[in-house]
Amino acid sequence: MAWRDSRRSRSRLFLFTSSIILGISALVAINSFRDSLFDEINNQAKGLLGADLVIESNKPVPTERLYYLDSLGSEWSRESAFASMIYFPRTDGTRLVQVRALEGNFPYYGEIETLPAEAARKFQMGKTALVDQTLMLQYDVDVGDEVKVGEMSFEIVGKLQQVPGQSGITATVAPVVYIPFRYLEQTGLVQRGSRINYNFYYKFGDEAQATRLVESEKEKWDTMGFDWETIEDRKKSTGEAFGNLTNFLNLVAFVALLLGCVGVASAVHIYIKEKLSIVSVLRCLGVKGWQAFKIYLFQISVMGFIGSVIGAVLGSLLQGYLPELMKDFIPMTLDVGFSWSSVAEGIVLGTVISVLFALIPLLTIRHVSPLRAIRASFEEQVASRDKLVWLVGGLVMLFVFGFAWIQIKKPLDALFFTIGLVFAFAVLVGLSKLVMVMVRKYFPTEWSYVWRQGLANLYRPQNQTLILITSIGLGTALITTLYLVQDILVDKVSISGSGDRPNMVLFDIQTDQKEEISQLTLDYDMPVIQEVPIVTMRLLEVEGTTLADLKADTTIDMPKWAFNREYRVTYRDDLIDSEEIFDGTWHGETESSGDSILVSISKGYAENLNLKIGDEMIFNVQGAVIKTYVSSFRNIDWNRVQTNFLVVFPTGVLEQAPQFHVLVTRTDNKELSARYQQAIVRSYPNISIVDLELILKTLDDILGKVAFVIRFMALFSIVTGLLVLIGSVIISKFQRVQESVLLRTLGAVKKQVFQITAMEYLILGALASLAGVLLSLVGSWLLAVFTFEAPFVPTVLPMVITFSIITLLTMIIGLSNSRGIVSKPPLEILRNET
Amino acid sequence: MSAILEVSQLTKQYNSGSRSLQVLQDINFTVEKGASCSIVGPSGSGKTTLLGLCAGLDAPSSGEIALNRIKLSALTEDERAQVRNQFVGFVFQNFQLIPTLTALENVMVPMELRGEKGAGKIARELLERVGLGDRVTHYPSQLSGGEQQRVSIARAFSNRPKILFADEPTGNLDEETSEKIEQLLFELNHEQGTTLIMVTHDLELARKTDRIIRLKGGKLVEEELVVS
Repeated sequence: MAWRDSRRSRSRLFLFTSSIILGISALVAINSFRDSLFDEINNQAKGLLGADLVIESNKPVPTERLYYLDSLGSEWSRESAFASMIYFPRTDGTRLVQVRALEGNFPYYGEIETLPAEAARKFQMGKTALVDQTLMLQYDVDVGDEVKVGEMSFEIVGKLQQVPGQSGITATVAPVVYIPFRYLEQTGLVQRGSRINYNFYYKFGDEAQATRLVESEKEKWDTMGFDWETIEDRKKSTGEAFGNLTNFLNLVAFVALLLGCVGVASAVHIYIKEKLSIVSVLRCLGVKGWQAFKIYLFQISVMGFIGSVIGAVLGSLLQGYLPELMKDFIPMTLDVGFSWSSVAEGIVLGTVISVLFALIPLLTIRHVSPLRAIRASFEEQVASRDKLVWLVGGLVMLFVFGFAWIQIKKPLDALFFTIGLVFAFAVLVGLSKLVMVMVRKYFPTEWSYVWRQGLANLYRPQNQTLILITSIGLGTALITTLYLVQDILVDKVSISGSGDRPNMVLFDIQTDQKEEISQLTLDYDMPVIQEVPIVTMRLLEVEGTTLADLKADTTIDMPKWAFNREYRVTYRDDLIDSEEIFDGTWHGETESSGDSILVSISKGYAENLNLKIGDEMIFNVQGAVIKTYVSSFRNIDWNRVQTNFLVVFPTGVLEQAPQFHVLVTRTDNKELSARYQQAIVRSYPNISIVDLELILKTLDDILGKVAFVIRFMALFSIVTGLLVLIGSVIISKFQRVQESVLLRTLGAVKKQVFQITAMEYLILGALASLAGVLLSLVGSWLLAVFTFEAPFVPTVLPMVITFSIITLLTMIIGLSNSRGIVSKPPLEILRNET
Repeated sequence: MSAILEVSQLTKQYNSGSRSLQVLQDINFTVEKGASCSIVGPSGSGKTTLLGLCAGLDAPSSGEIALNRIKLSALTEDERAQVRNQFVGFVFQNFQLIPTLTALENVMVPMELRGEKGAGKIARELLERVGLGDRVTHYPSQLSGGEQQRVSIARAFSNRPKILFADEPTGNLDEETSEKIEQLLFELNHEQGTTLIMVTHDLELARKTDRIIRLKGGKLVEEELVVS
């Protein structure tokens, strides 16, 4: 019976399932991609690390420790990595890069890929270097040209294409230049206070040996200030990083799927309404309520299943494109395979979802009275308080929560997600009801007939207000939120570069260079906005607690990194405009050597360490132990381009300590900026210049790529939303067709029928998209405040565009629906429809 | 008296794929202003098609129809709609009320489409005339079959039509209700001087009109003047 009954409605049923198809294909594509990615991470983990074990230190390693490190394995390489300016003499280009001075046969697994290929092994033999391929392209240099690193010139022998463990994006932020280790000293870049990472790569040929070594030596390494990473650690960290990415994308796909569900629920709702007369005839013929229910349940399940299978197949095909889409983010080549588990998961999920969301409208079938078939004057029965409906409603929410939990792995976040969704639904349903009540109450009786008729369609029986506003509204909310969040992220970055704020920062200026650099800056007509001394130090004790105490007693609530990190501290006698005192009193000066040293701490840092005003902190300033007391907490605006510090000392303490300086300046003139940078790099190769324009450009580039991935995924939601829209509107055609034909019969001209339809869909589209945009504003604001901790200033344009497009689209689809009605003679349609 | 409806050499055929079906062949007749006429014949003889063509709901394959001296074949669908709105009233077997409008609103529609003022007042009067003064705010689904047909009659007369087309107006009603509807139809027809063209199976009802046109297999087989 289910099969026979569906014969004339199959095309309509298929429209319902198309939303499921899209949702499931998004989910299957992403899940399959995740499976492939994790398989690949497992396969290529060795290549990601390049060795069995890496030991890292951010302090110079004394000779006796070098002997110790040498004793750990027979085959090892070492690398010193640091940020520095480089200079291409032929094209006069300068750029801050990551210099890696390498000695040994690293990488032992995977490869440093270069062009020509042999350059990777040969560069250590001469005074030669490997330079990032994109960087070479940007600065128009080629193999055979020279690159100056510090005081030393190297011949470029190869273009770097791929470095183990590095993705395209990291290469954009910090392009790599490899030089032979033995020339490192001669570059003159290794000086006191230079920030260098010392890495030691080991090959044992056996992963287990690395793990055993870590187990036996880790205490010692802790005391030596070493960090370490094994292949297993890298697998885990890479997996976690991509786990977050795929979880986020999964959630996007899940929302697309949910939209599909809304489509299914609304479509089934109207479908069932149309079927009521058939059901009543069946009931007259002796079919029981439950039997009738089962007929349609079977139809919907089969369509849901078919939709899920098609969706799963489409998704599997689509996942082939995802690695291409994300190639800049993945530190390896990715071969995608067919993931049976994802396909099976998709099919089961799709079928369950279509049945679950169709159940609420389906349940009404059980109560259809046979009386409907024999009485023309049959009134819609008021939906009885069906306990099963509530039960299914509860199941739907439980399902949403459960699935969100599986996807985001955090029950609280999943709960918020579910609550947010229920809230959005409630708002949209409330709005629909409010619209109906308000239109009825304040009906503009003086308007012309067609406008009144269009407006009245919003509240009359069989109106589509609730269904269209909820489905279109939710779709719009999601799409706009994606846009606004992207804006928040981009804004967060570009705030720093706007106005007359600084846009160039010079690091690592030695004390004896300070005056000359200031003068040089002024000579180039650029202002010296800030000149800050920086002293590096380590934290030894907080209120008597040391790192050793933390290790011995795990109950102490203080992070270990506070003791492991190197602090870059400044001293000054006043506050700068990016900071304000939050608590305590600012003391800018220590007058005599016997006075207590009162330091100011950043609020966030103080919270991490549970510090209170008056707490004692002891620092090791390059050998000298200095006792200080916390006198104030500062609120810092980190978004401003200023040199901001966790710890600020008063003047009169650190003046004689070894230090380097930072100079902050600004120029809008690109040519001047380039000439200035060249002059600095040529005369002072140890100084690093951070050009914020360049960083902003790079970030823009990265965010553009991220945005593209987000938009690509959002496309699923948009297309699903559109399908829901088209589906709802086309289905509503069956509600409005009789009315339009009768109007034509009674003498309405095409224009009048069009105007009535246009008015109805214009109002529906406008209300739904407006509600969606407003919901997204609330959502984005919450995300801005609680997740991104950024100020929320929404840009109006994307909202206006989304609003206009969705409104217009709703109207166009609605109008194109009635086109068939007005272009045919009424008699033909009247005969078919009645 | 002058003719309000002139049908000459009318044919209609429907094409379905490669097959064509001749529904009406060479129909000729004329109806005078204020007269009443019924079209009778077995199922499938083309009665409703003829009625639809006469009312301008569809275009003939060949031949000509002049309604109130306006040649329908020369008109576009929109122009025909305007003719319907100005001169024609309809009553259908299955009432064809707009389910989303109340009784009053249904009656107002033709007047509203013409942009007439005071549609509400006229509609209310008409509903009272058909005995539904207390049901104006009811939706069609809240009315019985007879009541729905009365609303549809009130609607048909709302634009003071020159000609009223009724397609089996009592076909869906019981005998008692049918009688009331017939009575109402003829009374209004008389009161307003409207021409009545009615398709019916009911020969007794047909005999109440001035003239009977008999169709068979799409051909006009007999015309009979009823002597009352």
